[in-house]
Amino acid sequence: MFPSPDLSGFRSRAAIDALVHELSLLVDRPMRFMEVCGTHTMAVARYGLRSLFPPRFELVSGPGCPVCVTAQSHVDAMIRLARIPGVTIATFGDMVRVPGSSGSLAHAMAEGARVEIVYSPTDALHLAREVSPDPVVFLAVGFETTAPAVAATILEAERTGVENLLVHPAHKLMPPALDCIMSGGAAVNGLLCPGHVSAVIGAKAYAPLAEGQGLPCVIGGFEPADILLALTLLARQVREGRSEVENAYPRAVSWEGNKRAREVMEAVFRPEDTEWRGLGVISGSGLTLREGFRDRDARTRFGVHPVPVADPPGCVCGEVLKGVKTPTDCPLFASRCTPQSPVGPCMVSGEGACAAHYLTDGPCHA
Amino acid sequence: MRDDVILLDHGSGGLASAELISQIFLTRYGNPVLAELEDSAILDRPAGRIAFTTDGYVVDPIFFPGGDIGSLAVHGTVNDLAMRGAVPLSLSVSFIFEEGLPVRTIEQIASSIAQATARARVSISAGDTKVVPRGKADKVFITTSGLGVVPDGVELSTKRARPGDRILVSGTIGDHGATILTQRSGLTFSGGLASDTAPLHDLVRSILEGATGAVRAFRDPTRGGVATVLCEIASRSGLEIEVDEASIPIRPEVASACEILGLDPLYLANEGKCIAVVSPDMAKDVEGLMHARPEGQEAAVIGEVRDGRPGRVILRTAAGGLRVLRPLSGMPLPRIC
Ligand code: SF4
Repeated sequence: MFPSPDLSGFRSRAAIDALVHELSLLVDRPMRFMEVCGTHTMAVARYGLRSLFPPRFELVSGPGCPVCVTAQSHVDAMIRLARIPGVTIATFGDMVRVPGSSGSLAHAMAEGARVEIVYSPTDALHLAREVSPDPVVFLAVGFETTAPAVAATILEAERTGVENLLVHPAHKLMPPALDCIMSGGAAVNGLLCPGHVSAVIGAKAYAPLAEGQGLPCVIGGFEPADILLALTLLARQVREGRSEVENAYPRAVSWEGNKRAREVMEAVFRPEDTEWRGLGVISGSGLTLREGFRDRDARTRFGVHPVPVADPPGCVCGEVLKGVKTPTDCPLFASRCTPQSPVGPCMVSGEGACAAHYLTDGPCHA
Repeated sequence: MRDDVILLDHGSGGLASAELISQIFLTRYGNPVLAELEDSAILDRPAGRIAFTTDGYVVDPIFFPGGDIGSLAVHGTVNDLAMRGAVPLSLSVSFIFEEGLPVRTIEQIASSIAQATARARVSISAGDTKVVPRGKADKVFITTSGLGVVPDGVELSTKRARPGDRILVSGTIGDHGATILTQRSGLTFSGGLASDTAPLHDLVRSILEGATGAVRAFRDPTRGGVATVLCEIASRSGLEIEVDEASIPIRPEVASACEILGLDPLYLANEGKCIAVVSPDMAKDVEGLMHARPEGQEAAVIGEVRDGRPGRVILRTAAGGLRVLRPLSGMPLPRIC
């Protein structure tokens, strides 16, 4: 059996009840915070935490779902790649149902495209080594959490001479995006910072936001008590007029982060300007392959480059990702857009704000 | 058998088919009705109303901890009959084999079917085998249909749920789904996980006989899991259901696998569990009757039916929060970060 840490303390009703009570005492004015991690979005929904928040307290979702922030132009490029004869796409499951400008990877699959759902980049390497002699293109979406594993896999492919493993680089870096959203005048009073991403980039990555832009930043884990603890720390900062980086997830996150993971990532990737859904192109916010790995870039190999394109008409995913709108502000929410027939990516992934909202907060049968 | 892999010829209806049927199937689960090998089976007409159901089985992998596609195909259809209160009588079993499948594999599946039918005390009265070219099917697909008899006075339907009724589950949830998904993901932490595939008709009968009139409906939460079945009960009865997460039995191995794969056990398939809607005054009795049987030892009362928004299912989470449960939609996908 794999080791399973004892997290029961972070789920105990006594701890949770005490934190909920403390939060209710701290919230003495309207407070609006943003979570920027899809795993937080899912955990809040899954544990029904919203129903425990005091009045005048709001938690909105930011650009924390890797599938949701992937621009329409990138989704289209991935689908075009899938339609090239002989190419096998290896992807995390969530990407498959994201609607592109015409059809999705699921549609391409039904028309004969080879799309394999994988659970990790190593699965893609396995496909390239053991199963397919043809090019296997891994759709590299995700943040600083996924990028080191992808980089390590590419290094392993180099070491073992597996030449048919390619990637479509679509990784995103969290700090530039947060900086971009917040510099436009923050719509929120503080950030619940992502536990997993922070484990790599370190708590120090939020210092510019806290000190430069006066935004309280608290890193939180993913158990109900972790999240509630982080939220009480945010509320306390607001009350006391402080804006600091606080780490409420010290069992996984340090001030410096994981230097080794960053080194692996930096050995393979370098920052590039990239487009985010709803946020446009943000300078230095994406990762592209370094010179030595260029022949593994599926975009150049097949000449498939993202072409700018409008988001699906009516979909306000972009505004949702900025925390300006909530899913229920979208006219399509739960009417034309449902998890069965999603219009935008936020309704596809369980980490997406719209799907999380639909699946856990709305009426049982819309 | 002369061949050690299945050939297209074995599905031709000719001599090779006859050899396959007589040497593999009739030897394992033959009976006088099946052995006649006529175009259809003739059964004596039993007293009572007839229940009739059919289901296809395409599970991948075909062998998994706790069972295989053969036992699953028997239990699944037996349970569909049992959920309406029927006593299972007889099944048909129809195979589609992929060319090249080892005959040894077919023998294992046939033996497993024979064991499962013996345990469930049902006969197989009709069957079919087809072979498709390599790559046109994945190893083996099975379809089973089942006939059962519903005793007089047994009227089970989700429409009969009433405000105040209790919701019971007959044991731990998510075991089958978690087992299959971890096997399929190639993850190596499957230790301790096993499918719960099992027949439920004896459990059902002991409840129907031991607590007459107590149960409004049984449902087996297979694909879509407990959450989807609760939504169906709420919507068919036009009532609201509240369930308490802390009272839902779950094995620690299943809970851990769900955390790692990013899955919600409420949406995972079960193959040997049932949900019962029970009148409130009899809930404890029914729980006791479940506990008295091996397949119901971990049974628990998990929720209540009430007036409210018709069709809505609310979960009181272990954290004390409230959330709505929706029917499963889309594939149960792993989280990606
Ligand atoms: S509800 Fe659908 S259309 Fe509206 S913002 Fe969300 S994903 Fe886009």
